Amino acid sequence: MSKRLATRFAKANQENRGILGIFVSAGDPDINTSIKILDGLVEAGVDMIELGMPFSDPMADGPAIQAASLRAIKSGMTLKGSLEIASQFREKHANTPLILMGYYNPIYRYGVDLFLKDAEAAGADGLIIVDLPPEEDVELCEPSQNSELDFIRLITPTTLGDRLPFVLEKASGFIYYVSIAGITGTKSAQMETISSAVNRIKQVSDLPVVTGFGIRTAEQAAHISSLGDGAIVGSAVVQIIAESDAQNLSTEDTARKVSNFTKSLVDAISAHKPE
Amino acid sequence: MNETQPNSFKTMPDENGRFGIHGGRFVAETLMPLILQVEAAYNEVKTDPDFEAELLYFQKYYVGRPSPLYFAERLTEHYGGAKLYLKRDELNHTGAHKINNVLGQALLAKKMGKTKIIAETGAGQHGVATATACALFNLECEVFMGAEDVKRQKPNVDRMRLLGATVHPVNSGTSTLKDAMNEALRYWVAHPDTHFYIIGTVAGPHPYPEMVRNFQSVIGKEAKEQLFEAEGRLPDALIACIGGGSNALGLFHPFLDDTDVAIYGVEAAGLGIDSGMHAASLTGGTPGILHGNRTYLLQNDDGQILDAHSISAGLDYPGIGPEHSWLHDIGRVNYVSATDEEALVQFQLCSRLEGIIPALEPSHALAFAAKQLPLMNKEQIVILNLCGRGDKDLEAVLPKLDKRGLL
Repeated sequence: MSKRLATRFAKANQENRGILGIFVSAGDPDINTSIKILDGLVEAGVDMIELGMPFSDPMADGPAIQAASLRAIKSGMTLKGSLEIASQFREKHANTPLILMGYYNPIYRYGVDLFLKDAEAAGADGLIIVDLPPEEDVELCEPSQNSELDFIRLITPTTLGDRLPFVLEKASGFIYYVSIAGITGTKSAQMETISSAVNRIKQVSDLPVVTGFGIRTAEQAAHISSLGDGAIVGSAVVQIIAESDAQNLSTEDTARKVSNFTKSLVDAISAHKPE
Repeated sequence: MNETQPNSFKTMPDENGRFGIHGGRFVAETLMPLILQVEAAYNEVKTDPDFEAELLYFQKYYVGRPSPLYFAERLTEHYGGAKLYLKRDELNHTGAHKINNVLGQALLAKKMGKTKIIAETGAGQHGVATATACALFNLECEVFMGAEDVKRQKPNVDRMRLLGATVHPVNSGTSTLKDAMNEALRYWVAHPDTHFYIIGTVAGPHPYPEMVRNFQSVIGKEAKEQLFEAEGRLPDALIACIGGGSNALGLFHPFLDDTDVAIYGVEAAGLGIDSGMHAASLTGGTPGILHGNRTYLLQNDDGQILDAHSISAGLDYPGIGPEHSWLHDIGRVNYVSATDEEALVQFQLCSRLEGIIPALEPSHALAFAAKQLPLMNKEQIVILNLCGRGDKDLEAVLPKLDKRGLL
């Protein structure tokens, strides 16, 4: 596990709470605002950033994150640009873990070895690549094992059976539990379902389990975060960016809105007393 | 071309679903167990004589197979070279080759106990074929179709609705076939337990490219037998159009090891390859990963997928089946292209000379035949897959023909 991730999980554990991860798309709605938004997330006390590298055809994402990707691409964002944003972020924020999330095609086009080298140099801690299941490990997961980057596995409700040990075999960093069978930002799972899934995963792996997909409110984030080792919120944040963009808000106002929302999640998670 | 030639061109894919570097299973984890289930179920029926018998029954009595192999005498005379035989898959029930594959997958879905079907469609032919099979086998049917295509292929939308399917217009991205496939995959991710996804072409994650090819190979198997009956020999060349490439592989696959047979796949060059407004992934694309497989794609330097352009909704796709990409890499099949304009001319010509209204898709194949046949001698024989009929295209094509004085 990357040092930054290990430190962060240990800290949260000590404080008897789960971590909060926030997803935003690199370059959404434009490079400057995107950088300010990331700064605002750290100010609000986020534990981990999941930085989306935009792709034209994000097949696991719902309308909100699809639109975020397209806004970013339209503003000129590329894979190279996403790595530059990561790099700038790392210069300012030495301790906040940064996970790069995306789809395989831009990486394949960029070149796997070069990407791993540049992502590591940019100060990223891990990768979540949605369309690379374990069956395709030879593509990126195996090459990544020579780097400092964690290759984070997604576990979904359809994975929880016999397949689970196989999928977790080469997992590192943490386990991302996708709490619904579906795309991002649509439905939400029942707490009992998440709880039993997290327990099932913990029977097989010692890594922290962080839950994402369909978490929209501070209350949900606080509750779900306590069921395992953390929660990731994406579409709800991205929607704030979309609304601000539609209203032509200034960079500062957009970043402040996102930061305020994030702060409300951070506070709810801190205040939550596990049952 | 820089790889050594294999002993057989028919051994692909390997166990990981690869055709050379192409193919594979690039899907979200949610879909992975489903795809493995489809693969296991398909491997079971692949060699099951009962399944084959059932499929044959429907091919014969419901679809009307075998489709005729017809000597197109007037087109032959017009082109002035090799003899042209048309494989008449436009005579199939529902008017295109798509039903060959759909019946196979629908029977498989039933065998797996699935009651609901998802499909994507471009021109609407695959959607209509799927809606038809769902009516026949009492399955619920959800078809995803780009909003742009819903507009330009209205008759097919009406047919699907009449057959009982729900048509979902897709407004994301460019609102065409690529986006319809994204949305169908998203829908499948959200309904993994109840639904079976019937992919309409030789693309997508393994085992789809292999499975669809095998169901479509009935075209080539019949054509081979029929030409032996008519001429007592193999053809000198095969020609078929390519969007995803299912009609083409259906014709080509049984002939791949007959290395004296030249094979031509015709991509859509739209307004011309140099214009950038085309759908020719092999001629104008590079390898990448989309919709579950690695294959040649229209994409920019950053790996973002570009819009395809073709007058034909069925060819308007920025990718191509992975087996075609492999056949391109090793040089077994020659991939060429034809423009919108060339296809339009043949659309009219085939109608006037043969009394057969071809779909815009095979009109692209005819456009290449118009160039290639005159270069061949009169003893040589070419089989062209006339994979669909053109009724669906009349609304779009007639004003264009009128403008060009071709009506």
